[in-house]
Amino acid sequence: MNEQTDLAQTLRTALAGVVQEVVVFRGEVTLVVPRERVIEALTHLRDVQRFEMLTDETCVDYYPREPRFGILYQLYSLSRNLRVRVKVMLSEHDPIMPTACGVYRNANWAEREIYDLFGIHFDGHPDLRRILLPADYQGHPLRRDVPVKVEENAFTFNRARIDAQKPYAAE
Amino acid sequence: MGLEQKLGDMGIVTTSLEKVVGWARSRSLWPMLFGLACCAIEMMSTQASRYDLSRFGMELMRASPRQSDLMIVAGRVSRKMAPVLRNLYDQMPDPKWVIAMGDCASCGGVFNNYAIVQGVDEIVPVDVYVAGCPPRPETLIEGIMKLHEKIRHEPLNKWQ
Repeated sequence: MNEQTDLAQTLRTALAGVVQEVVVFRGEVTLVVPRERVIEALTHLRDVQRFEMLTDETCVDYYPREPRFGILYQLYSLSRNLRVRVKVMLSEHDPIMPTACGVYRNANWAEREIYDLFGIHFDGHPDLRRILLPADYQGHPLRRDVPVKVEENAFTFNRARIDAQKPYAAE
Repeated sequence: MGLEQKLGDMGIVTTSLEKVVGWARSRSLWPMLFGLACCAIEMMSTQASRYDLSRFGMELMRASPRQSDLMIVAGRVSRKMAPVLRNLYDQMPDPKWVIAMGDCASCGGVFNNYAIVQGVDEIVPVDVYVAGCPPRPETLIEGIMKLHEKIRHEPLNKWQ
């Protein structure tokens, strides 16, 4: 617990001017960083603070709030046994991030997944294409404004109507 | 006059070719070794000692679609898996049949979302739907016996 609060204090001074806000919640440290400085912050965390490992890079859709997307980097320091989270808020109208592939190589696939499911573009990514969904898939299904259901639930009263719309395979 | 009265002193039984072929086909279905999700566990137990699918001449699960004539779609089919499934079906030689095993293969089941095909009948023509989540081995065997019945009554000229 104390180590984490110490970490927050250290990072506040070390990354002053880069970090917008340092949030400590139940011992978890979150750095809120503007998009333009995120690579700088990650490089500092990796090289100076010794957070050698990118555990995960994910996205959260805060629809209909604006800024809508939150990109999260979960970092872990193997040598110090500490964790830190870096958060970047993105606008709906400009969902472009700089790639973290140059800092953490495993960000490659994580960013492809974010691109696949949330439609966020990563500038400078070496291989930005879909990773989970089929290559010809339209849309980005994990966005909040995409409906969860793809098909109406069938009951006795609407079964025939739904069935008429369904495509059936030929021989 | 029934067959029973003739038994013992005859060497010839007259029937139609269609019936003999249907009977022969239904008694030696070779299913394809193809499990997609939890339904595959029930399918395995259907073949294993307790339920013993070899009673129906089906003990041979072929790992190649070219040697099998029954596809048991055991589990949910994701949109990315769909072309693979169709490819396997196309590689099976005629005559061939498909059982949609379980709710997911039949209609999408609980997975009413972007990733799962809402029923494999969108990709391959299905002969028998087996309900259940997952269906017990008895249910699958019931589905297989329904398919046997269907095969026995199929006209010969269906597979040309």
